[in-house]
Amino acid sequence: MKEKLLTVRNRAGIHARPAALIAQTANKFASEILIERGDTVINAKSIMGVITMAAGYNTTLTLRATGSDEEAAVAAIYALFESKFEEE
Amino acid sequence: MAKKEFSVLNLLDLELEGHNSLHLRCLSGRRGLVRTIQVPDLNRPGLALSGFFDSFAHERVQVFGLGEVSYLRKLEKEKKDVDLRTFFSQEIPCCVFTHDLEPTEQFAKISEEVGCPLLQTSLKSTDFSSRILRVFSNIFAPSQTLHGVLVEVYGVGIILLGDSGVGKSETALELIERGHRLVADDTVEIRCVNGNTILGQGANKIISHHMEIRGLGIINIAQLYGVGAIREQKKVQLVVKLAEWDADKVYDRLGTKQNTTDLLGVKVRLIEIPVRPGRNVPIIIETAAMNERLQSMGYHSARDFNINVLKWIETGDAQAAYYGSEDVY
Repeated sequence: MKEKLLTVRNRAGIHARPAALIAQTANKFASEILIERGDTVINAKSIMGVITMAAGYNTTLTLRATGSDEEAAVAAIYALFESKFEEE
Repeated sequence: MAKKEFSVLNLLDLELEGHNSLHLRCLSGRRGLVRTIQVPDLNRPGLALSGFFDSFAHERVQVFGLGEVSYLRKLEKEKKDVDLRTFFSQEIPCCVFTHDLEPTEQFAKISEEVGCPLLQTSLKSTDFSSRILRVFSNIFAPSQTLHGVLVEVYGVGIILLGDSGVGKSETALELIERGHRLVADDTVEIRCVNGNTILGQGANKIISHHMEIRGLGIINIAQLYGVGAIREQKKVQLVVKLAEWDADKVYDRLGTKQNTTDLLGVKVRLIEIPVRPGRNVPIIIETAAMNERLQSMGYHSARDFNINVLKWIETGDAQAAYYGSEDVY
C-alpha cells in the first residue's frame, strides 16, 4: 500500500472538472485508489464520490493506493493536484 | 473510524421536524455551546444537586424536570446554599430544562460564569428523553461510506456493489426507468441503527440524486424522472455484487444456499451476479427483490421446489411418467 498527503492548490477547489480529471486518471490504473477526507473515504475512480468530498482550497486529503501499479497511480494523481488541475 | 465530534451547537442546529423536533433554545452560557457531547445519554441530576457527587454521570446531558427545578426553587426560597459550584465544576456538556421551566437566578448566573449552556424545551421530560435518545442513536450510530448504488426495488433496499466500470450506475438507471427508486449513487453512507438495522443514504444531500453515466455525463434523476423516482434513505436488505463473468468460477444455480455479508456487524443477504453482454441484470435484480420478499413472507422458491421434487420421487409417480399412463401434476 502506498500513501501520500494531497493539498488542493487551485482556488476553486475540487468541482466537477477536476473531479472528472481525477477519476479519469485513477481509472487508468488497476490498483484500488482511495481518497480520505476526515472520516469519509471515497473511491477515486468515481466522479460523484470525488465531488462528494467537497474539498475546497487548501484542504488536505490522504491518497491511498493498493495494487500492482500503486506507485505510478499515486505519482500520477499527486502530479494532477500539484498542477492545480491545469486550471491556473 | 474517527470518533464523531458532536457539540451542543450541532444539537441546536439539527433540522428536525414535527414529532422529531426537540424545540430547544439556548437561555444562557452561550460561550459553552462548543462543548462536545461525548456520551449520548441523559442524566437526572437530583442526587448531585443534593450534594452527592459519587458516580455522578457529568459527561451526559443533564435534564432538569419539574422535580429538579422545584428542588432548586425550594432551596433558593429557604436561602440554603446549594453546592452549585461543585456541580458546575464538573465537565457538563449542557443542562436542559423541560416543560419550558426557568432556571433559578443563581443557577443561571453561575452557568453564565462558567460557560455551561442552559437549554430550554417546551416538551415534557419523558417526550424529550425519548426524542433526544432517538436523535443520539442516529447520530452516534456506527457509519461507513461504500462505493456503490443504493436503490429501492419493489420496496426492498438493494445496494449494488462492484468494481468501477462494471455497470452499477447503468443497472440502476434501467431500474429507475422501470419505475424503481434511486436513494444514492456512487457514495452511499450506511449507518447501523439499534444494532440490527442498516440504513443507507447519500453522503451529501446536494448531489445525492445525481448520477454519472459514461458517455452522458452527470444527470439529475429527480429532474429527469420526477420526485417519485427518488428516496432520501432506505433500509439495506440485500447486497448485490456485480462482477465480470468469470468462466472458472462456479455460480449458484439452485439458490438453496443463503449467502450473507457483513455490514457494520449486521448480516445482510448477499447475491453475486455475473455480468456479461446480453445478460439483463436489472431484470435479474427485480426478480431477486421479489424473491427476497417472498422469502421474508415464508415462501422459499428453491427449497420448496426441492421438497416437491423429493415428494414426487417418493410417490412413485415419477416412474409412472415414463409409461405415459397418468398425468402427474
